[in-house]
Amino acid sequence: MSSSRWLVMVAFAVALALGVAACGSSSDETNGGGSSSGGEVSGEIAGAGSTAQQAAQEAWIAEFENENSGVTISYDPVGSGGGREQFMAGGVAYAGSDAALSTEEGELEKAEKRCEPGELIEVPDYISPIAIIYNLPGVEELKLDPETLAKIFAQEITSWNDPAIAKDNPGVELPETRITPVNRSDESGTTQNFTEYLSEVVPSVWKFEVSGDWPVKGGEAASGTSGVVEAVSAGEGAIGYADASQAGELSVAQIKVGSEWAEPTAEAAAKIVEESPLDKELSPGKHTIAYELDRKTESQGTYPIVLVSYLIACTKYGSASEAEAVKAYAEYVVSPEGQELAAEQAGSAPLSSALTKKVTPAVEAIEAG
Amino acid sequence: MTSVDTTTNAGQLLAAASGGRRRRGDRVFSRTAVVAAVTILALLAGVAIFLVLEGFPAFTHSAAELPEGKDFLDYVAPLAFGTVLAAALAALVAVPLAVAVALFITHIAPPRIALTLGYLVDLLAAIPSIIYGLWGIFVLGPAAVPVMKWLEEKLGFVPFFQGPASVTGRTMLVAGLVLAVMILPIVSAVAREAFAQTPRRLQEGAQALGATRWEMIRMTVLPFGKSSVISGAMLGLGRALGETMAVTIILSVSGAVTFNLISQANPSTIAANIALDFPESSGLAINALIATGLVLFAITLVTNMGARAIIARSNQE
Repeated sequence: MSSSRWLVMVAFAVALALGVAACGSSSDETNGGGSSSGGEVSGEIAGAGSTAQQAAQEAWIAEFENENSGVTISYDPVGSGGGREQFMAGGVAYAGSDAALSTEEGELEKAEKRCEPGELIEVPDYISPIAIIYNLPGVEELKLDPETLAKIFAQEITSWNDPAIAKDNPGVELPETRITPVNRSDESGTTQNFTEYLSEVVPSVWKFEVSGDWPVKGGEAASGTSGVVEAVSAGEGAIGYADASQAGELSVAQIKVGSEWAEPTAEAAAKIVEESPLDKELSPGKHTIAYELDRKTESQGTYPIVLVSYLIACTKYGSASEAEAVKAYAEYVVSPEGQELAAEQAGSAPLSSALTKKVTPAVEAIEAG
Repeated sequence: MTSVDTTTNAGQLLAAASGGRRRRGDRVFSRTAVVAAVTILALLAGVAIFLVLEGFPAFTHSAAELPEGKDFLDYVAPLAFGTVLAAALAALVAVPLAVAVALFITHIAPPRIALTLGYLVDLLAAIPSIIYGLWGIFVLGPAAVPVMKWLEEKLGFVPFFQGPASVTGRTMLVAGLVLAVMILPIVSAVAREAFAQTPRRLQEGAQALGATRWEMIRMTVLPFGKSSVISGAMLGLGRALGETMAVTIILSVSGAVTFNLISQANPSTIAANIALDFPESSGLAINALIATGLVLFAITLVTNMGARAIIARSNQE
């Protein structure tokens, strides 16, 4: 008898545990997939993806919902990879991604399939210049050519009075301080774009892989943009990279582009995207606009260390109201007002008017109704 | 089946508790206790099963498919090293301090001060770990920079202080100290309880034989509380092993496996690594992160079992 009693107890406990687990998974589903099915007239849409876009997405959503009271939009900053995955699986209506859908892992194909019978839309919606920030008391202005920059972050140049730095900064009294390069300790699109720049422009120096996870060991690492900014502020002789809008009081280095010295301004960041060619392989459709950033550019007035993040959506959705809501939202995001708002709230660089002209027809292609 | 009809309603419960049918009250109580105990076991088993199932793919896939292109063991080893190093450092600092605080509160301080101090120490446990993290990078880290420079200059021959000293203060030493502050309350609370229960007659006996206060503490209080101090230390160690937020914020992690406590290149910890990489991970990378969680689970389990063994042996003596 007592053993059967025990059995009942154990069965009860297991049932309880399973029940808790079941609750957990079912609520996940409503978060991810449920809202995208959105057959309701209320127009509920869900997006997911890049953490870089988070601040901008939040601002867009708040303003958009303000003007369209019937619409509810959610954006889950799960990361670019997760956002693309959820989009391909049909879990979310749109995704934000720091990299265009790739062909290598068949992402592009899967995304196109997801949009059938409609077509895939992929447009840049968020551009942010990445600033090289440094903390060196007494040095207000610092010029770095790409090779020197790469050597500093590869830990080959270790002292601020190194001749390589001195030659580009005549008249500046560089101290003997040790250089502490600061990188992100978490995986991020900022790191991805910065290492991409280094490896494209100075492949002879930058032999590390291009990755969202900082590839060089032994540097100072801090979590998040704010962590990097804080570490650079705290450490004399520190140098790091961060979204230009977050640089705050820190000094920002000028980077050599062609024969000029460029600073991370919004205009210069938008200009390089504008001047870059489309990546033919990654932009097969009428509505896919993926840039192959010309980071080696020598064109005046451009700043090559930028992060370009994309908005991924479809031309057709399961219901008319969902399509309508996505269309209205996407149009708002790439509109001058939306871009201006992101610049204000998230410190991004607004799309230039030439870019807006290119991007707008793509999102207008969503077939509402 | 009597086990079915014990699903009594509240009224019957009250009637049972109010005497008369005492046996039934006992039965209800013992069953409730059993259910609680089994629930804990089921929860623990549930977590373990989740970790094994979700982490399993990381063990079976080849190195090329895993994050950083490394074999899983190569991936987790530096993380496990960092986890144990940080926790050990924290325990090394916190346990003696906690014992001293507990002795002060129970045997030395006047009652009123002891009470206040006890509250204050407990209050340390109520501070969220992210606050400790921010305190670490904004206050303790920068304050430790000159100290670490000094350590590098004077004690650079010791591997722990090899340098070069970090200029930002986000080092293993600072992370360990912050962790030490975080686990101090739990270790000292356990020690305090034990010390306070030292039989009065033992203490009085020792003093009657002419022992000084320190001799009395050494001969009666400390031996009496020894096993509690050990289990308190293990509780603290467990918290330090799993602490996430503070380490994530403070530690400058660049994957190096080193005993050098004051440089910018530190090994990450398992928990901090999960927190840092999870947001941008997908697919197999997530499985790998969960598998590292399983390793942490195992480390914690081994630590606790070790502590049990030590306690059991010291009780036998």
